[in-house]
Amino acid sequence: MRLAFILSPVLLMPFLSSCDKESPIDKYTEKKILIVGNSNEPAGLDPQIVTGVIESNIITSLFEGLCVQHPSDSGGSMPGAAARWDANEDFTEWTFHLQKNGKWSDGMPVTTADFLFAYERILSPDFAAKYSSMLYYIKNGEKFNKGELKDFSEVGVKAIDDYTLKIFLRAPIPFLPHLTKHYTWYPVPKHTVLAHGTMTERNTYWTAPESMVSNGPFKLETWKFNDRIEVIRNPHYWDADTVKLNAIRYLPIGNKYTEARMFFNDQMHVTERLAPEMIGYCRDRYPREFRQEVYLGCDFIRFNMTLEKFKDVRVRKALSLAIDRQLIIDKVTKGGEEPAQGIVSPMGEYKTAGIAKHNAELASQLIAEAGYSDGNKLKFTLLTTDRDGAKTYAEAFQDMWQKILPVEVSIEQREWKSYQDMMSKLGYEMTTGGWIGDYPDPTTFLDMWKKGDGNNRTGWHSEEYEKLLGKAELATDPAERIRLLRQAETLFLNEHPIVPIYWHTSVYLLHDSVKNWHPLPLRNQPYKFIDLKK
Amino acid sequence: MLRIIISRLTQGILVIFCLLAITFVLIRLMPGDPFTGEKSHAAHIIEKNRENFSLDKPIPIQFGVYLTKLTQGDMGDSPTREQKVSTIIKHSFPASLILGICSMIVAICIGIPAGVIAALKKNSLIDYGTMVIAMIGISIPSFVIGPLLASYVAMNVPLLKVAGWGDPFDWILPSITLGAMTGAYIARITRGGMLEVINQDYIRTAKAKGVSQFNLIFKHAIRGGIIPAVAYVGPAFAMLLTGSFVVETIFQIPGMGQHFVTATKDRDYFLLQGVVLLFGTLIVLANLAADIALVLLNPRLREA
Repeated sequence: MRLAFILSPVLLMPFLSSCDKESPIDKYTEKKILIVGNSNEPAGLDPQIVTGVIESNIITSLFEGLCVQHPSDSGGSMPGAAARWDANEDFTEWTFHLQKNGKWSDGMPVTTADFLFAYERILSPDFAAKYSSMLYYIKNGEKFNKGELKDFSEVGVKAIDDYTLKIFLRAPIPFLPHLTKHYTWYPVPKHTVLAHGTMTERNTYWTAPESMVSNGPFKLETWKFNDRIEVIRNPHYWDADTVKLNAIRYLPIGNKYTEARMFFNDQMHVTERLAPEMIGYCRDRYPREFRQEVYLGCDFIRFNMTLEKFKDVRVRKALSLAIDRQLIIDKVTKGGEEPAQGIVSPMGEYKTAGIAKHNAELASQLIAEAGYSDGNKLKFTLLTTDRDGAKTYAEAFQDMWQKILPVEVSIEQREWKSYQDMMSKLGYEMTTGGWIGDYPDPTTFLDMWKKGDGNNRTGWHSEEYEKLLGKAELATDPAERIRLLRQAETLFLNEHPIVPIYWHTSVYLLHDSVKNWHPLPLRNQPYKFIDLKK
Repeated sequence: MLRIIISRLTQGILVIFCLLAITFVLIRLMPGDPFTGEKSHAAHIIEKNRENFSLDKPIPIQFGVYLTKLTQGDMGDSPTREQKVSTIIKHSFPASLILGICSMIVAICIGIPAGVIAALKKNSLIDYGTMVIAMIGISIPSFVIGPLLASYVAMNVPLLKVAGWGDPFDWILPSITLGAMTGAYIARITRGGMLEVINQDYIRTAKAKGVSQFNLIFKHAIRGGIIPAVAYVGPAFAMLLTGSFVVETIFQIPGMGQHFVTATKDRDYFLLQGVVLLFGTLIVLANLAADIALVLLNPRLREA
């Protein structure tokens, strides 16, 4: 009894209301520390090794490419490490003039030598960077990466002087400024990387908080594995006056319910995304914080085109027409996505051909023409993952197909890596899948369907399609280029190697105190413009 | 005693070796590898990455390379994370250690008294009530208890947070969630142990000699009564120390538990080997500690 009496203040402490009524988020807002939900622990922070969105979110605050994302215009590029840039008439030669006052976070100048070093590093065969293909746009970049060319001086990157970088491309690329916003194009500090290992050595300590040097608006302060990554203002940043935040804290919260609870508990400013089950609740209870924005991605179903049963285009088309995409969105995904009529997400001037639509009657007619009936059903298996909601999603298709068409569909769930393995080895019949764009250009969705591309995974290819993409690559007139790309997409969609389902949205919660946070389809917020105000 | 320790340690080393060998082979038999991903990468890049981690060699040679490095204190690099396996474990283990200790304290503080009281009040309402609560504790999974505590307790009690691992207050709810089930088991085991002991002759003799109820329980009965619970606590503690995927994800704790799941899912061969090695070692040590404790509690075991 006495012990309980002595211990009672300690035991009751958490239950005693604190005199300080300020919530954690108010304190962070006052200190200008942005708390961001970031899904999972990043695979790393070396911009030339990592490949994911999680890493990109952090790296964007630490490093800066030649151009930076405009805070509100998704198609806009602003000066970054380069103060200005120009291209020749056919967009094959670009000159970037670096910021004269561009500095690394240790005060060393950012020069063309850092860019040359970075591009040689990522393209080096020994370094084996998974995302090296992002630099294949550079003349001879692919050859050097594949070891067919040994001398890097033959690759199309030249330093005219310390602050003038010239890039020669393999073809006209009018969207190069967009590409330079991708982390694979960022410079890395030559002096720091070499201080911790050789150029092609991986997993050295140069990315550790005590040694990392970056050229972006923030620098790495803390990296607590699976707990948090904190970046603080970089005093040497060339545009430090624009930076409003003092720090950003990234929390690797894998559980979406935990993340939402933390937001409700005033522990964070921005969630990464909402679980489908939480969307309705949050839309009603948190209307001011609720965000539903276009996200550059498409969900679709792949056909294994090497199988006899899917050789007939009428079968593939019937299965596509049988799907009521709006119903899937309303009842299953619930994220306000847009029914996908094509593979390319809506972007800029590009408008998809709009082939994929729901038409139950035509679907029945086509499958009958293909020779299937109730007495002779088409049987196939739909492969999906074991992730949350994957089975419900697959069951929705199963139900739609079986109601309308003479088909018998079974569902096979596999854990993530097995699923990926089966897809890449074409060990499936039909499978759910998706694609997130890397940059706002239709080619980010169209290039993958070329023959032999590792991301194709359907067994489909077309010489005509690749010719059109080839012509588009060489087109110097932007309008002509768009027309050719649209023609290629139309050809692709008419062949139905995939069934487009929906274009992604990003559904998340954003605290009122966050200012200058605008919807961007790549969700690549330029953090230097973000502010916090009560 | 020394003989027992040496014998258990020798067995333990053999067990750990088998554990490592079996894990090494099984994980490689699963489809995919660390470099299979959502976005496919060029074949020459994947090949080079496999070569960097010796994955292009036959499994026995890979195992030989792994063991050689291990004897030099190198657990290898994680192929999916830009970190050394030892660094990942070094960062994750402290949180798991704290959570494990706190959960065990919760479990013992709930389990032993509840088991003792239930045994002393056998077949009474208190006994039934305690055992029903214990059964509920065993039956309700942590993914139900955790979110309920987070939603209804943390949201309403100042200083407690729904998730996070910043200050000691953050330890309270995860420890209750993780410790509840172990506590419930301990309660049932303790009850059984105590019932067996209090029916024995020496307790009856002590009672006849007029020993007070307090002394009867704490001096005579409990020592024998908790022996089954102690045998259970050893391995249970090792389980708690290595964390829990569910509790860690619910409360956003940077512990070890999630590595078991993510390393397997990501086919992070070396991280998985690392956490299996740690877990195996902890189990061996915890069993050894439990054996020593049992010998101390029951001197007759020294001759066994």
